Amino acid sequence: MASKQPENSLLGPEADSQRTLYPNVTGTSVVALKYKDGILMAADMGGSYGSTLRYKNVERMKAIGKHSLLGASGEISDFQEILRYLDDLILYDNMWDDGNSLGPKEVHNYLTRLMYNRRNKFNPLWNSLVLGGIKNGEKYLGTVSMIGVNFEDDHVATGFGNHLARPILRQEWHENLSFEDGVRLLEKCMRVLLYRDRSAINKLQIAKITEEGMTISQPYSLKTYWEFSAFENPTQGAVGSW
Amino acid sequence: MFRNQYDTDVTTWSPAGRLFQVEYAMEAVKQGSAAIGLRSKTHIVLGCVNKANSELSSHQKKIFKVDDHIGVAIAGLTADGRVLSRYMRNECINYGFTYESPLPVGRLVVQLADKAQVCTQRSWKRPYGVGLLVAGLDESGAHLYYNCPSGNYFEYQAFAIGSRSQAAKTYLERRFENFADSSRDDLVKDALMAIRETLQGETLKSSICTVAVVGVGEPFHILDQETVQQIIDAFEIVGEQEGPAAEPDAAAGQGAAAADQGGSTDEGVAPMDI
Repeated sequence: MASKQPENSLLGPEADSQRTLYPNVTGTSVVALKYKDGILMAADMGGSYGSTLRYKNVERMKAIGKHSLLGASGEISDFQEILRYLDDLILYDNMWDDGNSLGPKEVHNYLTRLMYNRRNKFNPLWNSLVLGGIKNGEKYLGTVSMIGVNFEDDHVATGFGNHLARPILRQEWHENLSFEDGVRLLEKCMRVLLYRDRSAINKLQIAKITEEGMTISQPYSLKTYWEFSAFENPTQGAVGSW
Repeated sequence: MFRNQYDTDVTTWSPAGRLFQVEYAMEAVKQGSAAIGLRSKTHIVLGCVNKANSELSSHQKKIFKVDDHIGVAIAGLTADGRVLSRYMRNECINYGFTYESPLPVGRLVVQLADKAQVCTQRSWKRPYGVGLLVAGLDESGAHLYYNCPSGNYFEYQAFAIGSRSQAAKTYLERRFENFADSSRDDLVKDALMAIRETLQGETLKSSICTVAVVGVGEPFHILDQETVQQIIDAFEIVGEQEGPAAEPDAAAGQGAAAADQGGSTDEGVAPMDI
């Protein structure tokens, strides 16, 4: 009574070893915002292997074509696979050589289709993506999740960034931030994430994309303060259960 | 063209390096009723002559909307034209779904041309017997292309295809240098006048022609008969007023007599009859 599946099917017991069930090496939050000249995006350089912070030089933001910047959290190998897909996409776009080019909106929608179709096959690319860019003066910032949920906003974040960074951005973001103000705001968000997200490391990069192109900072670290008096003797006065 | 021993198959070359079946397909385009296109920097106008087979039948549809920003006018085997229009619509929809952005017309035209080329290199196929004037918008503005059964495509400022298209082409050749900066309405007028040239004396009425416009900020649409007739009437009146005015200039000192002559050489409709 067993029905035979074609060899490449993702259904049936043999297929389970091929499908993504859980991620292995992961990146944590990405935070991005629109500012006066384009988009600013920040991500740390950590690659966690479960609870071990195994890799400390992972670049989680990459330029896509002339107009876009992609940041990813989640499975690093899936991010690399996505970069390969986008490489092909941009290559064929350039080969037309006809004055038309894929802008950030087009790349974002392509990624949405990609993520959603994989989700439908129960074989997701385990990433949360942030796609930002500027084309012909129009700024664009969007996000896609591993199940294909996508939307645009003036500021976006993935993972813990949604819980810790977005509230700060909702209070303090405004239109036409200067570059310095934008960086200051992102650093404020990244500092909170550094304090509170256990998979964050103190080695980050900030990338900017404007009409002129993409630039990414050298890795640097944030100043932190651990001498708050409330944190001295943290267990004093605590009620114990044993 | 005459029959010869190299024209049976599309996959047979002639000794002179010609593919006769492809050339015969281009003849089919020349037999179809006329279609014209012209463009400015921001708008493109397509027009065609629609002759019904008999008074009892309706005329064939020769202009198709492919997407909000692309339209096509065909001449030749209209059945082939419909099939290619469906292909173009499909490509536009798929691109729009994946990228949420309109398919650049230049890329669609190349895909169409490559599709036509396939039919010139398979022994079990025949070339499409239809020429397409593709009007569309791109990042770089308004474009007009002509796709040939041979699989070639060319970009034009203005062009005409189909029977008696040479008359329209001559008219367009005289005026095309001004088209780039023309207003949208002037472009429509020029299109109708080009169509009139192909009618060789027959009255231009909105019932025998179709006009469509696409431009920056203006989605592709076919103008309705009333609007077209109004535009025709507007420049026909101007034409008649210019007639009497031109004659006295040409024949000096003939005064009123010349004015009468000017009136009668027009389409036969006296000003009082409008």
